Amino acid sequence: MGMTMAEKILAKASGRDQVQAGQYVTARVDRMMCHDTFPMCAIALKRLGINKFHDPDRVVVIVDHYFPAPTEAMARAQKLGRELAEEFGLKNHLGFAGICHQVMCEQGFVLPGTLILGTDSHTTTYGALGAASAGIGVTEMNYVLATGELWMRVPETVRFDLQGSPGPGLMSKDIVLHIAGRFGTEVAQYKAIEFSGPVAAGMSLASRMTLSNMGVELGAKFAFFEADEKTIDYLKGRVNEEIRPFGPDEDAAYEVIHQVDITGLEPQVSLPHNPGNAKAVSEVEDVPVDQAFLGSCTNGRLEDLEVAAKILKGRKVHPKTRLLVTPASHRVLLAADKAGLIQTLLEAGAHITPTGCGPCPGGHMGVVAGGEICLSSTNRNFKGRMGSPEAEVYLGSPATVAASAIEGRITDPRKYWQETTLSRGDA
Amino acid sequence: MNRTVIRGKVWKFGDNVDTDVMAPWNSLGLPWEERRGVILHSRPGFVDQVQPGDIIVAGENWGCGSSRENAPANLKELGLGAVVAESFGRIYFRNAIAIAFPNMACPGVHDAFDEGDELELELETATVKNLTRNIALEGQPYTQEMIRIIQKGGLMNVLKERLGVSAK
Repeated sequence: MGMTMAEKILAKASGRDQVQAGQYVTARVDRMMCHDTFPMCAIALKRLGINKFHDPDRVVVIVDHYFPAPTEAMARAQKLGRELAEEFGLKNHLGFAGICHQVMCEQGFVLPGTLILGTDSHTTTYGALGAASAGIGVTEMNYVLATGELWMRVPETVRFDLQGSPGPGLMSKDIVLHIAGRFGTEVAQYKAIEFSGPVAAGMSLASRMTLSNMGVELGAKFAFFEADEKTIDYLKGRVNEEIRPFGPDEDAAYEVIHQVDITGLEPQVSLPHNPGNAKAVSEVEDVPVDQAFLGSCTNGRLEDLEVAAKILKGRKVHPKTRLLVTPASHRVLLAADKAGLIQTLLEAGAHITPTGCGPCPGGHMGVVAGGEICLSSTNRNFKGRMGSPEAEVYLGSPATVAASAIEGRITDPRKYWQETTLSRGDA
Repeated sequence: MNRTVIRGKVWKFGDNVDTDVMAPWNSLGLPWEERRGVILHSRPGFVDQVQPGDIIVAGENWGCGSSRENAPANLKELGLGAVVAESFGRIYFRNAIAIAFPNMACPGVHDAFDEGDELELELETATVKNLTRNIALEGQPYTQEMIRIIQKGGLMNVLKERLGVSAK
């Protein structure tokens, strides 16, 4: 019988010809990603008397949650991380290159068909490149760093066939918020997702990453797109390996296939305090916005900054609203600067911060106060996520964030932008 | 076969209780006395009412969200004996097993318990009983591997044994 993408990867990782959903395997992990958790992992292993990793070359460390260090304690932890990376012989301690998931993809650490585990729930992002990638906690990461493997359940796969023709103002973020609203945030719990269909095939890698990134908000373990010609193009110059297309077998078995027709879909906004509280933007207009945030591993890429700059060009951020823009990586910031986008955003009154996770997990650089409302291009709006539990976080696309920053209230982006980042019709 | 039986008084929670309310970002790394007060802050007063050995019965998607292990670790440190939920966020669930904090999925559990009922959980057989109302439910069984991790007191102990390291 044919296999899904998850089954193919876990079969290979466990040294078998065939595995099936529901089976438990011990899987060899191709790559491990640690962010600010790295010193905790390394110290826990040292305490056990373990002074080397199973394969240090497979490990990538990127500091993003607390960059730049907001406190002396954090600065010390980061210094310790650098020292431990050297002690453990890591060649891939990338320091402050950007948000881990963006950096992993753009610097060629993600290959289609591989298994990658990271100490961050949004590790699902690499599914956009056809990798099986999932978040784990530090204890499990300790085990993986020491042994190179971990027990895993082979997940069932839920397929979303994305069809139809996008209307103006639509971005891939709107599709995933719509899916969260329509099917619920448990729709893929313990399962893998495959995004397929003409709309998926037509998406840029940046748009795909947004969907895979938010796969975890749908409960998913992995969130795949097929690795196709676009993936191969994206990886050219980033990896040395020869990349071939990778997808499911034609006769793979799915738990369910959901048809999602995006024709007529309005830009979406998720209301506090759950990504599944999605509504059409026209239903929530007029909610005042104290802070508009454009950034994160979900929507801080060049494509996102381009859309925001188009909308803000020649316009001004509303005097009662602050717009923070945090590019997803240093490379994104550099590219945005070269393209003149940073100038445009600055002229509109946006504040550009250094790359990193910024206020998304509530750490620093733009956390919100009680009673404030934040419209954010990020992935989750749990109570207290971005600061005070009394703050309200709404989620939307970069276009909706930019349009809302102009008006100081949640605003339909179609008022300012009639294009779409998705391809029209059959791709 | 070993029998691991956990009994305790039930506190009930609803659906989609996320990791960020179990372990808010700005509390990570704080000393216990400062961290304790904000655990499950969506339910004010809970941390002062809960007693060691009590058990949480929850709805769908308990622990959805972040990979932060502090979420189950905080609950364990609070003294909770177990969490039995309709379903779990998968990373939270794996983290709970890895730190030997018994969490079990059990469809139907939310309706089968009132707050204050006495719950009995047997890990090896995945049996969930309401001792107050005399109801028995079947949870989703652990694998041998998961039972071993819990019985050894966590994945770090399994690792220690596997690598034959004795250093502390």
